[in-house]
Amino acid sequence: MANEIIKELTLAFPILFLSAMGIILVIVDAITGKNKKINYILSIATLVITIFAAAVLLYYRNYENIHLESFPISLGMLAYNGYAYVFDLIFSLSALLTIIAAREYNERAEFQYKEFYSLVILSTSGMMMIAHAADLLLLFIGIEFMSITFYVLAGYFRKRIFAVESALKYFLLGAFASAFLLYGIALIYGSTGTLTFSLISQKILAQNYNNLYLILGLGLVFIGLSFKIAAFPFHQWAPDVYHGAPTVVSGFLSTAGKAAAIFAFILIGKNIMIYAYSSQDAAHVITLQNVLAVLSAATMLIGNITAIAQNNVKRMLAYSSVAHAGYMLMGVVANTHEGWAGASFYAAVYVFMQFGSFAIVANLEGKDGDKLEFSHYSGLYRTRPMLAAMMTISLISLAGIPPMAGFFGKYFIFKSAIQTGYLWLAIVGVVTSIISVYFYLRLIIYMYFREATDQSSVEAPPRAAAFSLVICTAFTLLLGIFPTYLIELLLYLQ
Amino acid sequence: MTELLVTLFLPIVGALTLLFINKEQTNLIKRGALLFSVGTFLVSLLLLLKFNPLNPQIQLYYEAIWVPTLDAGFRIGLDGMSMLLVLLTTFISPIAIYASFEPIKKRQKEYYIMMLLLQFAMTGVFVAMDLFLFYIFWELILIPMYFIIGIWGGKDRIYATVKFFIFTMVGSLFMLVGIIWLGSFVGSNLAFMPHGFTTNYLTISQYSLFIPLEYQKWLFWAFALSFLIKVPLFPLHTWLPDAHTEAPTAGSVILAGVLLKMGTYGLIRYNLELFPQASFQFASLISWFAVIGIIYGALVAMVQSDVKRLVAYSSVSHLGFVVLGIFSMTVEGLQGAIIQMVNHGLSTGMLFLCVGVLYERRHTREIEEFGGIARIMPVFTVFFAIAMLASVGLPGLNGFIGEFLTLLGAFKSPFLKSIWYTIFAATGVIFAAVYLLWMFRRVMFGTVTNHANLALKDINKREWATLLPVVVFIVWIGVYPSSFLHISENSTKKLVNKLELIKFGKQRYDLPEIPEIKQNQQIKSNNQ
Repeated sequence: MANEIIKELTLAFPILFLSAMGIILVIVDAITGKNKKINYILSIATLVITIFAAAVLLYYRNYENIHLESFPISLGMLAYNGYAYVFDLIFSLSALLTIIAAREYNERAEFQYKEFYSLVILSTSGMMMIAHAADLLLLFIGIEFMSITFYVLAGYFRKRIFAVESALKYFLLGAFASAFLLYGIALIYGSTGTLTFSLISQKILAQNYNNLYLILGLGLVFIGLSFKIAAFPFHQWAPDVYHGAPTVVSGFLSTAGKAAAIFAFILIGKNIMIYAYSSQDAAHVITLQNVLAVLSAATMLIGNITAIAQNNVKRMLAYSSVAHAGYMLMGVVANTHEGWAGASFYAAVYVFMQFGSFAIVANLEGKDGDKLEFSHYSGLYRTRPMLAAMMTISLISLAGIPPMAGFFGKYFIFKSAIQTGYLWLAIVGVVTSIISVYFYLRLIIYMYFREATDQSSVEAPPRAAAFSLVICTAFTLLLGIFPTYLIELLLYLQ
Repeated sequence: MTELLVTLFLPIVGALTLLFINKEQTNLIKRGALLFSVGTFLVSLLLLLKFNPLNPQIQLYYEAIWVPTLDAGFRIGLDGMSMLLVLLTTFISPIAIYASFEPIKKRQKEYYIMMLLLQFAMTGVFVAMDLFLFYIFWELILIPMYFIIGIWGGKDRIYATVKFFIFTMVGSLFMLVGIIWLGSFVGSNLAFMPHGFTTNYLTISQYSLFIPLEYQKWLFWAFALSFLIKVPLFPLHTWLPDAHTEAPTAGSVILAGVLLKMGTYGLIRYNLELFPQASFQFASLISWFAVIGIIYGALVAMVQSDVKRLVAYSSVSHLGFVVLGIFSMTVEGLQGAIIQMVNHGLSTGMLFLCVGVLYERRHTREIEEFGGIARIMPVFTVFFAIAMLASVGLPGLNGFIGEFLTLLGAFKSPFLKSIWYTIFAATGVIFAAVYLLWMFRRVMFGTVTNHANLALKDINKREWATLLPVVVFIVWIGVYPSSFLHISENSTKKLVNKLELIKFGKQRYDLPEIPEIKQNQQIKSNNQ
């Protein structure tokens, strides 16, 4: 027994450690008074250890075929599969990048409350709960945990009217969506009598469930999750929230938050939907899948078309992030191993390219959250050539042009959609990619082809922020030229 | 094989090297870029020695698996057609780089990095033997070209570069869908690959016969749209005059010299080879558009007041011949198309260089601003005349060979079955003479009406060095085309054999048995 406890403690180390540190950080915060550095360093150390632990556990993966119920602590609530650790890595890397980039950003904006660090760590542990969820309840708790910390983070610049608006909007709509999610989970429970994924799938295979409630429940869960990834028609909050929130936080919300919600989609698809194909109501599940496909197409269209009209870089990125939710959703629509791997790959790549561009926006932003218009970026190649180059790489990657990582993400996702018969969806994806090229290029035009209008010098990014930028750019390039390892890993982990 | 890898990667090594040179040291940057580019040309000459023109198969094949589950690989190789186009690329690039030494005065470091990047991507397009790799190179071209037009271009450069980018992107993304669909169809239904997916060109072309016609039709258009935009075929050509006019001289040279050929190359390599039945069906439709393009391009060129725009429209007209030759699907037509691609690269490239010479001195390209230049710049006049006459298609210079062969191919074609294509297309040759000679008369002859022209200096050493090598090849191809035609002859015959076998059930041409081919295939099957 002791052996098994130690074994599970080892496997659960990343999530347990991170959650514990989140709480410890709150306490440290209370004790240390005015010293702001301790929290910063502690949170970075925490994330580095977590990343390392998750990577080690991923590397020595020989735990895949253990029965979850035999674990003495979680009793089958937590799953320890390869996917969970890949997403652990994605979340904690994103959190690490956020914290590194945020310190000087917050300092400059004169909002240096220490709880920022503990909030980021706590929301990351919420995401990790989603990654390790083997149970609908834990999935819900993870999503709520993540969302509530996000509400606070969005309003972190609490004296700014936009930030308050954004937090309030996010909270009201988010709570509404959570209710949908919970209602859906309750219906699934009512239908199958259990919340554990493995038991649900057994019941479905044994045809021992109520099919009306299951389909209704799945539909409601999808509505709740669509809100979380900002998919059409539940996307209206996203631009306002991303615009009002501190820029670095917007980067975190739109990358890690989106990756977590997409993983929740994948969990539902992988553990529930796929079993229902062989059941008596396969037709309903396929209808549900088609509805998701329509949502995905509409998300891509709305996100990209609205982004064209934006003159504010932050809003443009916000709308484009809506569109990218549509691309990721395409992998869920396909609902095959390749689709999930594609969506996960896309989510991972998206962290680097999207966070990279948000971090640059954060760096160029004025003290009071101004200087976000396209025109403020004119002539950037002259004032800050490296920033302009890195922004260009991120934007080209977002537009899905090879050899950047974004292209491979799209390639895998389009491939999975085409192979499952959603050719039309891939074509919509292609058309919207063309649309997206227009506004991404527009920013490049401002940066490279126009001369600066106001001659005030652009500050160099602080060293820490520059470091996170370099990491983002390097990964965007590396995953573009050598996508093999990650994609093979994701496909192998099935 | 090593030579091919070096030819492909030397420019990118050069681009990376330039990254580490201080941007103030412009002389070093210029010379470095030229050195790498010329070096690549010399290596590509070694390729020619290694290449066996008798062998119709893909040669110097190199394969490295990239993403195993997608069967996407770094597969490169050459056949006769790509051999010629690779040589064209490595030949034009150093000339374009050398021609930029004086005109490009701002942001030189970025400029030469972009030029080398462009060379890398262009070579990649011609040697890629994997659809995935091909697509990557195809798209990669957009990035440097976008910046070259957008930063160093003329007045309306932003409009032109965005138009260029979006037009190309529209086509190529549909090609991406086509590639994925084709890859999964062939991979899972025909070739039975372990992961049900392949983008290996050789595998797909082996099974291309068995793709049902209803699918071929869609795939044909998914690929053709992308290529025809690039060519550009009427009515998809509208991006070309803008891009050409606004691009800097070297950008136009590369654009006309190599980029447009990627489209026609793609039509042969992918459309004819992979979708033969669909090609039969659409050959006459596309050929009609090609004929319309020939005449339309010529007519519009006639009324241009800007020399560069005139040359740009002449490209639309000339590339129509290439497309007509391709879809005649005869050995003469295809050989003519291939040699015409090279010709057009040389003669139009040289025309753009000449326009660049004028533009540098006068900073205008309006025909009315000139007149009587022949007396002031006698040496330049000779070069300009050669380029112009080559473009007109004067026998003895290169243009004649290509146009003659394509027209002959279209005339004899068992697929087009009508002589009207040839008759209409031939009028394009006459129109070409009209608009080019007329333009030449207005610019070069007559009395000097504009006093600003009196002080013009004749061409300098640098301009000599960029123009003279092109003239050598223009005359060489014009006088003795066989030394170029025979490189691609057997590859063309192999393709025509394949097409005629499908359509008529018999092969017309005997190809030599090369023992090396079997060896290659053995190695390949062992690898699999």
